[in-house]
Amino acid sequence: MIESIVPAASSYAWEIDYLFTFMFVMVGFWFLACEGIFFWLIFKFRAKDGQRAQHITGDEKHLKRWITIPHMLVLVCDIFILGGAVKVWYDIKQYLPEPQQTVRVIGQQWTWTFVHPGPDGRLDTADDIYKVNELHLQNGVTYHYKLESVDVLHDFSVPVFRLKQDAIPGRVITGWFEPTLEGEFDIQCAEICGIGHGLMAARVFIESGDKHAAWMASETPLALAANVQPQQIGEE
Amino acid sequence: MRPIATTRSTSGMPTGLLAVWWIVASEIVIFGGLLGSYVMYRLSHDAWAGQAANTNTEIGLFNTFVLLTSSLFAVLAHKAAEAGDGKKAARLLYYTIGGAVTFVCVKAFEWNMEISHGYTITANTFWSFYYTAAGIHALHVIAGAIIMAIIARDAAKNAELHRVELIGIYWHFVDIVWIFLFPLLYIAK
Amino acid sequence: MAESIPNAAPASGDGHQDHHGHEEPSFWSKYLFSTDHKMIAMQYLFTGMAMALIGGFMAYAFRMQLAFPGIDVPGFGIVTPANYNALVTNHGAIMIFWVAMPVLIAAFGNYLIPLMCGCDDMVFPKINRLSYQIFLISALVLLTSYFVEGGGFGGAWTAYPPLSAKAEYSLTPLGSTIWLSAVALEFVAFLLGGINFITTAMNSRAPGMKLYDIPIVVWMIVIASILFLVSVGPLIAGAIMLLFDQNLGTAFFDPARGGDPILWQHLFWFFGHPEVYVVLLPALGITAEIITVFSRKKLFGYRTVLHTTIATGVLSFTVWAHHQFIAGVDPRMAHVFTLTTLLISVPIAEMMFVYIATLYGGSIRLTTPMLWALAFIAEFLIGGVTGIFLGASGADVYFHDTYFVLAHFHYTFFPIAIIGTFAGLTFWFPKMFGRMMSDRLGKIHFWGSIIPFNFIFIPLFVLGMGGQHRRIFDYSNFPELSLPWMQDIRVLATSALLVMLSFQVVFFYNFIKSLRSGEKAGKNPWNANTLEWTTESPPPHGNWKELPTVYRGPYEYSLPDREKDYWPQNEPN
Repeated sequence: MIESIVPAASSYAWEIDYLFTFMFVMVGFWFLACEGIFFWLIFKFRAKDGQRAQHITGDEKHLKRWITIPHMLVLVCDIFILGGAVKVWYDIKQYLPEPQQTVRVIGQQWTWTFVHPGPDGRLDTADDIYKVNELHLQNGVTYHYKLESVDVLHDFSVPVFRLKQDAIPGRVITGWFEPTLEGEFDIQCAEICGIGHGLMAARVFIESGDKHAAWMASETPLALAANVQPQQIGEE
Repeated sequence: MRPIATTRSTSGMPTGLLAVWWIVASEIVIFGGLLGSYVMYRLSHDAWAGQAANTNTEIGLFNTFVLLTSSLFAVLAHKAAEAGDGKKAARLLYYTIGGAVTFVCVKAFEWNMEISHGYTITANTFWSFYYTAAGIHALHVIAGAIIMAIIARDAAKNAELHRVELIGIYWHFVDIVWIFLFPLLYIAK
Repeated sequence: MAESIPNAAPASGDGHQDHHGHEEPSFWSKYLFSTDHKMIAMQYLFTGMAMALIGGFMAYAFRMQLAFPGIDVPGFGIVTPANYNALVTNHGAIMIFWVAMPVLIAAFGNYLIPLMCGCDDMVFPKINRLSYQIFLISALVLLTSYFVEGGGFGGAWTAYPPLSAKAEYSLTPLGSTIWLSAVALEFVAFLLGGINFITTAMNSRAPGMKLYDIPIVVWMIVIASILFLVSVGPLIAGAIMLLFDQNLGTAFFDPARGGDPILWQHLFWFFGHPEVYVVLLPALGITAEIITVFSRKKLFGYRTVLHTTIATGVLSFTVWAHHQFIAGVDPRMAHVFTLTTLLISVPIAEMMFVYIATLYGGSIRLTTPMLWALAFIAEFLIGGVTGIFLGASGADVYFHDTYFVLAHFHYTFFPIAIIGTFAGLTFWFPKMFGRMMSDRLGKIHFWGSIIPFNFIFIPLFVLGMGGQHRRIFDYSNFPELSLPWMQDIRVLATSALLVMLSFQVVFFYNFIKSLRSGEKAGKNPWNANTLEWTTESPPPHGNWKELPTVYRGPYEYSLPDREKDYWPQNEPN
């Protein structure tokens, strides 16, 4: 259901979408049943002239069953939902596959800085590419992200990945994703961070291997230094 | 005259007692939250042991003794009140208040000494907790002493003697908070 | 033997029973410095309703900005990003702390507990008055925070540090401190108020009123007070720490100097989650009173309701970190909190089943209060089921901080604070003011509120599914959130809000008109069983000339061998 509104662009997005639809069906059944019975009772037992209400104390076994049985069934449904939630959470937040690449994500009031490993494939080397509010990724590659904040709490949120993670100053938080769909999508900050919170919009560019390599080659500082067109690093 | 509501006792417990336990319960959670946070921090900051080494255990011990003694006077005051001897109860309450005043004066002296050595509330988060926790405790000591004085004044006229027990319960609570604070701030080094 | 109050005097200010008659108390002692629980209840009620108007106005302003970004909002002006953040922050804080709590707990609690328990006032009338005075001061302090230099605090009602701790981040040095002080004062006021609720309900009941004869709404308010007491302590400690960080330069929550911002989150939500049950319980209680009266039926499972309430209360202390799934806490914790969160939905579901079962076999009269009570059940069900999506950790990775969360909690809070209030007000208005409200106007107000309400918040679920995150003053910076259908939804939601707000005029008109010229209400216009309906409308100071004795439970309706279909608690066997 979510996938019909928002594209799914990561390897685990389908898990969240599936979990949501599964829960929607289970929860939806109980919801409709409750509301349906509720409205039917209001209609059926509306006040009629000359007719008194029945005297029901709530101790009647055959009536109590109508509460205790649904009660048990709800518990059973909850167990299934719990299982699904635990699995999805584990796959996204606990499981950490070996990375093919790592990017650093730095939040501050009120921009995102993304540090890409340059053509050498390693972070914290001279060819690293610093971009403000632009994250470039290669489709199909398993990434670790290292999330930091310079000042207050921020949240690295990529709806098409179905990913969110708070950034905490003083800590580096590691997570993972694997893009699966080429295109250009929103990155948000999903933790209120001051008056510029609404301005912390960034974009993620998911590119094929060739395009991504070409981008890196043209953007890496070493190439820029050698190139005719100067471009300030880290500024836009 | 009070409402009739105040004089009823359907639960069997006198109303004032219920009220004091309610107050004590709410304070337990406040101090519990504060001290719980302190313990969490302390466990993850070994460096704090270095800071904690600079609290004065002797002064802390002396103040503990002062508070415990004052609690003893409060217990004796309760006994006197139960026996109907308002004047004696009032006198013992005044001794309790004397303990409170001593406690606060010693603390003032202690803090003065520590601040002049540079251990201010912002020197280190250990000291932030130290002053905050002990400070809020001291405020409760002062507030308790004031209320106790009012109750003592009434007790001397043999009025509202049941309140001697109630302020005694509050006082024991203030004491117990200190019994937690003392090891956490002074002994754990 | 019933106790009697000699020469029960008209409403007087100082809680004294004067045996020598009374001159009319002055305006000040009757209205402003009263210790009479009914007057204090009115003070809380009217202050809460005034704050609701302010909180509602804030919603109007920021929803206008969302539907028409950049617009000069009539009555407010341009909504800057700083304005927007302050508006959403204070809308949230006001609605929870200065509307839901004072009206549901303090107003209804103060009014009903002595009356339903058959006594003449609360146990400690002067502490009661003090609690209101502190509450009023807290409200005024909060409003002041808006007008100081730098503007009102805009870090959300959750006030996470470091944003809330340092002026260089929040840009509201004074506003932050004043806001936090207002919240702390409000906590103190309610701790004080709780003393009366618990002692009066436990100790001052009418002779013959056993524990299981106490009306459910009284239980609910008492249990809510206990929940509040136990949960607020750590947050008071946290608030002191945050105030010190803001003003003394301590580093409790400053990671650069060894502090931990996540500690605040734990302290906040350890309170914050039980808090939602603190406000839910009174609304559930009011609903129970109304549906029993207007279906002429005993509550289907009195003890079940009590046990599930206590279970919910206990469980509410075990779920808090579902607000923090992606906050950077240990990921393994998520499993524990998903389990507890899903568990807590079960007793509440059971309670809903009991309420619905109470309708079975009834003779249901759809008066205005009954419509509100039924709407509470229907709408709260939506709030409850959507919570499940958020409590499931895996799904929350996507839904955290989206409008899905917002729509979920409005489907819980609106039924609690707004529907619950209107249910209680329309039901007890005759008792409080001695007159009947117009049922016709009541129904117009009801439908004019409920229908638009759904048109505001169902669309917001869809926006949340579309990834729209919270607390953003203008979505045009986000291409995926600026799609035409999304902006259309924003306009729809705002339009529905405008419709809903306009229908509130009907309520105020009905209220005032009924006060002046409504049909005189007798003692018991609804033929109900509980003790408040056995005295005059409105009750005199001291509530009864002779305090009642109780012979049975509160829900003995429609007994087959009795002529009347109700059996008041104080009628001898």
